[in-house]
Amino acid sequence: MFRDATLVAAKDLRIEWRSRVGINQIAPFALLILVLFAFALGPDGGLLSKATPGLYWVAVLLCGLLAVQRSFAVEASDGATDALRLSGIEPSALFLGKTAAVLVQILALDLVLLLGVTILYGTTFTGWVLVAGTVLSASVGIAAAGTLYGVLAAGLRVRETLLPLLLLPVLAPVLIGSTRAFEAALAGTTSEGWLWFGLLSVFALMYIAAGAALFGPLLEEA
Amino acid sequence: MTTELQAESGPRGAAESAHVPTIDPGPHSTSSPATRALGIAVLAGFAMLAYLGLAGTPEDRVQGELVRLLYVHPQSATVAYLGCFLATTGSVMYLWKRSLWWDLVAHSTAEIGAVFTAFALLTGMLWGRPSWGTYWVWDARLTSTAMLMLLLLGYLALRKLPGDPDVRARQSAIVGLLLVPNVILVRQSVTWWRTLHQAPTLSLPGAEIEGLLLFTMMFGFAVFSGLFLWLTIHRFRVAWLVRQVDELAVNEAITARIAEGTSR
Repeated sequence: MFRDATLVAAKDLRIEWRSRVGINQIAPFALLILVLFAFALGPDGGLLSKATPGLYWVAVLLCGLLAVQRSFAVEASDGATDALRLSGIEPSALFLGKTAAVLVQILALDLVLLLGVTILYGTTFTGWVLVAGTVLSASVGIAAAGTLYGVLAAGLRVRETLLPLLLLPVLAPVLIGSTRAFEAALAGTTSEGWLWFGLLSVFALMYIAAGAALFGPLLEEA
Repeated sequence: MTTELQAESGPRGAAESAHVPTIDPGPHSTSSPATRALGIAVLAGFAMLAYLGLAGTPEDRVQGELVRLLYVHPQSATVAYLGCFLATTGSVMYLWKRSLWWDLVAHSTAEIGAVFTAFALLTGMLWGRPSWGTYWVWDARLTSTAMLMLLLLGYLALRKLPGDPDVRARQSAIVGLLLVPNVILVRQSVTWWRTLHQAPTLSLPGAEIEGLLLFTMMFGFAVFSGLFLWLTIHRFRVAWLVRQVDELAVNEAITARIAEGTSR
C-alpha cells in the first residue's frame, strides 16, 4: 500500500515539477498575500510582526486551498480519474499518495512564507522545534482534509466555489491551533504551544483515517 | 434502475410493489392526522409559552426583561444541536443501509437544524446587545455555534446541487458523517482559544432558577422539541414527494418513448 502511495505521490509531484504551476503561480501568490496584508494593516512593522502568526496561517490556508484544487484539476482531463480507478491501486493508497503530494507542496509553501514573513514583516522566530512541529502537523491536517474534501468537490461543476465553503470551516481548528502554537513559540511559552500541537496532531490523524476509509466511495463519483 | 431504486427506497411496503413503476405507497401529502394533532399541540404550546414567558413570569432582578429570552434561546440552541446530531446519525445510517429514508432524515434534520441555529444566534445577539453592550463577542459558545452554522450551510449547499440523487446522497452522507466530529473539534479548539488567553468568558450571572421560571424553561424545551419534530416530519415529506415527482417524470418520459416506438 505504501509503495502504491509513493507511486501516486511521485506522479503528482512529477506533474507539478514539469508544469511549474506551484513555483510560477502559487508561490508568488503566497508572497502577494503577504504584501496585501501589509497594505491592509499599514506599513507599521511592529503591528505586522505582532500579527504574524495569524497572517501566516491564513496565507497558508489560502495557498493550500489552491494546491488542493490543483491536485484534482490535473486528474479532471483525459479521463485520468477513471485511469486511476482502473489502475488497481487501493483507494486508501491513492488518498495517502495524493495527500503526500499536496503535503510536500504545502510544506514548500510554508518555507516560502516563513522566509517571507521574516523578511517582509521582520518577525524573528524563536522556539524552532515547536515551529517545525506545528508547521508539520498543521500541514498534514490541511493536506489530508483538503484531499478528502477535494475529491468530493472534484466531480462537481461548482467545485471552485464549493470547496472553500466546505473546507475552510472544517480547517478552523487548524487555523486556531497553529496560530496559537506560533504565538506561544514567539512568546517563548512553548509548553502551552505543545498543547496546540496535540490538537493539530489529533486533527491530522482523524482526517488521515477518515480519508483512507472514505476516499473509495468518493472517487467513484468524481 | 428506477425499480431498483424504489425497492431500496420505500419506507413501508415499497419492496413488494417494486416491479410496478408507479408512485410508492409513501406519504402523498405533507400532513396526516397525527402530525395535524402535533401541530395543534405545538401551536397551543407556543401560545402558553408566550403567555408564561411574557406575562406569567416576573422580570429578573439582575437582567430585567431580558430574562425572557431564556425561554426561547437555550431551547432553540439545544434543538439545533439535536438536528446536527440527527443529521450525522442519518448520514451514518445511510452509508450503512443505503436507504432513501435515512438520506432524507439527514437532509431534513440538517435543514431544520440550520433554521434553529440561525434563530439561536439571532436571539443570542439580541440578548448580547443590551447585556454585554455588543451584538457579538468571540465567546467560545457563540463562535462554535457560528461555525456549526457555516458547516451546516456547506452541507446544505452540497445537497442543493443538481445531479444524480444517489451520487449526491452518498457525497452528502460523507460530509454529514464528518459534521459532528468537526463540531466537536471546532468546539474544543475554540474553547481552548478563549480560555487559554483570558479569564473564563461572560456567562449568566449566577442566579438560581426555580419555580415558575424553571417550569417555563422546561416547558420551552418541550415546545421547541415538538416544533422541531413537526417541522422535520413535514420537511421529510416534502423531500420525499419531490423525489416521487422526479421519478414520476422519468417514468412518464420512458412510457412516452416506448409509445413512440410502438406506434411507428
